[in-house]
Formats: sequence, C-alpha cells, structure tokens
Amino acid sequence: MKLITAIIKPFKLDDVREALSDVGVQGITVTEVKGFGRQKGHTELYRGAEYVVDFLPKVKVEAAVPKDLVDRVLEAIGRAANTGKIGDGKIFVFDLEQVVRIRTGETGPDAL
Amino acid sequence: MEQIAEVKYALDTFYFLVSGALVMWMAAGFAMLEAGLVRAKNTAEILTKNVVLYAVASIMYMLVGYNVMYGDGLNGVIPGIGFMLGSTDNTVAAVVAGGEDAPYYSSMADFFFQVVFAATCMSIVSGAVAERMKLWSFLAFAVVMTGIIYPVQGFWKWGGGFLDQLGFVDFAGSGVVHLAGAAAALAGVLLLGPRKGKYGPDGAVNAIPGANLPLATLGTMILWLGWFGFNGGSELKLSDVGEANAVAMVFVNTNMAAAGGVAAALITSRLLFGKADLTMVLNGALAGLVAITAEPLAPTALTATLVGAVGGTLVVLSIVMLDRLRIDDPVGAISVHGVSGLWGLGAVMLSNPDASLAGQLTGAGVIFAWVFVTSLAAWALLRAVLGIRVTDEDEYAGVDLVECGLEAYPEFTGK
Repeated sequence: MKLITAIIKPFKLDDVREALSDVGVQGITVTEVKGFGRQKGHTELYRGAEYVVDFLPKVKVEAAVPKDLVDRVLEAIGRAANTGKIGDGKIFVFDLEQVVRIRTGETGPDAL
Repeated sequence: MEQIAEVKYALDTFYFLVSGALVMWMAAGFAMLEAGLVRAKNTAEILTKNVVLYAVASIMYMLVGYNVMYGDGLNGVIPGIGFMLGSTDNTVAAVVAGGEDAPYYSSMADFFFQVVFAATCMSIVSGAVAERMKLWSFLAFAVVMTGIIYPVQGFWKWGGGFLDQLGFVDFAGSGVVHLAGAAAALAGVLLLGPRKGKYGPDGAVNAIPGANLPLATLGTMILWLGWFGFNGGSELKLSDVGEANAVAMVFVNTNMAAAGGVAAALITSRLLFGKADLTMVLNGALAGLVAITAEPLAPTALTATLVGAVGGTLVVLSIVMLDRLRIDDPVGAISVHGVSGLWGLGAVMLSNPDASLAGQLTGAGVIFAWVFVTSLAAWALLRAVLGIRVTDEDEYAGVDLVECGLEAYPEFTGK
C-alpha cells in the first residue's frame, strides 16, 4: 500500500478528484495549505507599491491506494493538475505500513 | 405675489436643507472610505474619529465658527469674533418685501448647509493621519480646525473678505474646503511621520493593503452622491427657470467630472502599474469631484469631464510621488483634496472669464499658507503637550484595542 500526497493548484481540485475516481481511487482527503517552491511566492501591487506574497495557497490531496494502482494514480494526477505553468505542484509517494477501517476493524488492503 | 414669494422662499429653503443633508451624508462616505483603506486592527478607531469629528465640527461651528466665517469682519482680513449661533430667522415681511436684499432662504438652513462643509473639511484630515495618530490629539485638533482655522479662511472668501474682493473664484470649495483640509492633513503627516514598515531602507516603498475594498468603494459612491448636494446646493437657489437650469448644469458637470476622474485614473494606473488598481480608481473619482468643485456651473459637460480626467490622472501620479517623498497618506487624501483641489482652482480659468491667474494663485497660496502654518503650529503644540503618535507597541497591536478597547472585526483579527 502506498500513500500518495499531491500538492496542486486549488482550481485544479475538481479535475484531480474526477481523474482519481476514474482510475478507481475510493477516497481522498483534501486540505487547504500554503507554501512556496522554486517560484518563491509572487509580488502584488497596491497603490503603486509592490509587496511579496511569500506563501501561495495550494491544495493538498491525500489518497491511500493499493500498490498496483500507484502508476495509474500518478499518471491521473499528473495529467489532471498540469497547466504547463510554474506552480503546478508536486506529488509525493510514501510506503504505507498499516490501514485500519475504524467501523469494522478491517486492516490492510481490505480496509482501503 | 406675496404668496409666490413665500412659496419660493420655502422651496429654496427646502432645497438648501436637502443639499445640506446630502453633504452630511458625505461624512458616512469618508468613514467608509477610510475604514476600507486602513488595516482591520485600526478600523474601529478611524470610525470613532469620523463620527466624533463630525459632532465636534457641529458644536464648534455653532459656538464660534459660523460667526467668524459669516459675521461682520473688522476688515477684509480680520474676521469679527462672535459666539453662539443666533436663534432669529427671517420675518415674513422681510421675505415678501422683495428686492435685491430680500432673504430667499432660512438663516437656519444657511447655518446647516455651512456646518456640514466645516465637517467635510475636517473629515479630509482623518484619513491622512490614520493608523498611528492618537485619538484625543486628533479630536483636539478638530476643535481648533473647525472653530478657528477653517472659518477664518472661509471668511476671506465666502464671508466677503479680501480673497473675495480680489476676484478669487471658488464656487463650492476646491480651495476653501478641499485644499484647506489637505493642507491641515499635510502639516499633521509631516510631524507625525509614516506608519511603521511603510518605508524601508534604500528608498523601498512597502504596500500596506487596506482591509476592506467593498467598504472603500461604498464610501466613494456615497461621497459621489453627497457631492450633488455639495456643489448643487452651492448654487444657493432653485426657484426660477434660470436657477433651476443652473442647478441641473451643476449636477451634470459634477457627475461628468467624477466619471472623467474614474476613467483617467484607471488608464493611468494600468499604464503605470500594469494593473487596474481599484483604490486608485476610487481616488480618481474623488479627484474628479474635487477638481470640478471650484467651477461646476460654467463648463460644458465635455469640459467638466476633461477637468475631472486631469484630476484623476494627477492624483495617481501624486500618490506615487508622495510615497517617493516618504509622506505616508494611507487613503490618498492629500493628493485627492490638495493636488486636485489646486488643479480645480486653476481649471476655473478654462470656463469662467471672471477668474484670473493672479486671483486664483493668490487664493490658493493664501489658503494653503494660512491653513498649513496654523495647523503645523497646532499639531506641534499638541505634540508637545499630549503627544500625537501612539507608541510602536500600540501601533503594532492596532489602535482599535489601544484607544477604543474593542475591535471592528473581533472574529477575524488576532492580535
């Protein structure tokens, strides 16, 4: 099992959600986050004076998936969240040791 | 005939009162504009200043200001000193007698219309010194400004003093109200210094974005509405065909100048910054209104639009320039009312043959010098006695908590 965490542009959330459903992901967790990458925030103007916004709003999408689904999930997110412009975000993949479905007590891949 | 005279008197009085009520509403416009352009932590305090300065202006103008401005002067320079608004009004006999000197509106209506102008002048100051000036020092200044400083130069022009005799033309107060307010504000800002963090080393100008642009926009639209009373009421009379047409012309020109100011400020800000800065557009509307105030009757509608457009362009350039000079004016009051007010006094010459360059320059120079110097003295005295600036720590915490003990948006602002 793998935990996939994707940081994406907020306006791409609906596209990513749909793409994940299409490849068979059963559930996701979404968090509104802020941060910066190589882009290093951006500058805005107010009454002629520039100011730097250090942290840009992003959305973090987390999905726990069976190992054999990982490549298709990566491909789905990569396609749905891509705009070709700076700030599209990143995808991280972690090993997932254990999963428990709280209602039934099922564990492992059955709980996904 | 006598009944017609009475009805005309009633109509002109009614028109005057409604115009005054519209100008009173400009206090709401200033309050909303300033509340929108300061940070959330300074909102309740700027609202307090706005509503209290209006009350202070009303009281001081009743006690002494009105008498100074419209009483019998010793000569064209030194106004008479009188106290308390009288309670007598015009008699029916005086009204129906007719002739040149017959009164055509109520004296109380005249006081009401004038007192809201005094309040407007003071409202200009609060925005420029926002977010760092002590509440009580500001209110103390309002006492002096509306009791003495504003009425004296008002006497020089509208009270029949030497500026009026000199041929200085200022229909509704580009100079007497707006330039005067800006001069007092500039004196205050120079002694007060910029907000913490506004200017960095090496000439850096930092943005301190306002908390609520919907409020700032509402405030601007309220001021725009109130200006129909400000300029329209300054025609003083409505009750015959010529006067009714004149009032309508003033309304049209006032509106066109604001529209010209908006369009010009939008384009100027797009060219300078690459963005349509809403706050500049709002300042552009007000700059257009200030510019046409000195002569809203004589121009054609197209000329009025252009006068406003020049004001709207100047105001954007002026705001950028003042920041370069490290004169911190959070709402742009000095640029809107001072720079555009000066332009408005000059623009009178485009359409009114009675105006002369010498007369307009003298008027502008005298008003600015008088208000700036006396205000500087008043601010300096207040600084020595009460202090005019809050401590750095209080400025960081926000003057809402420090001065008012409450917050405008308690659920959104942390410390």
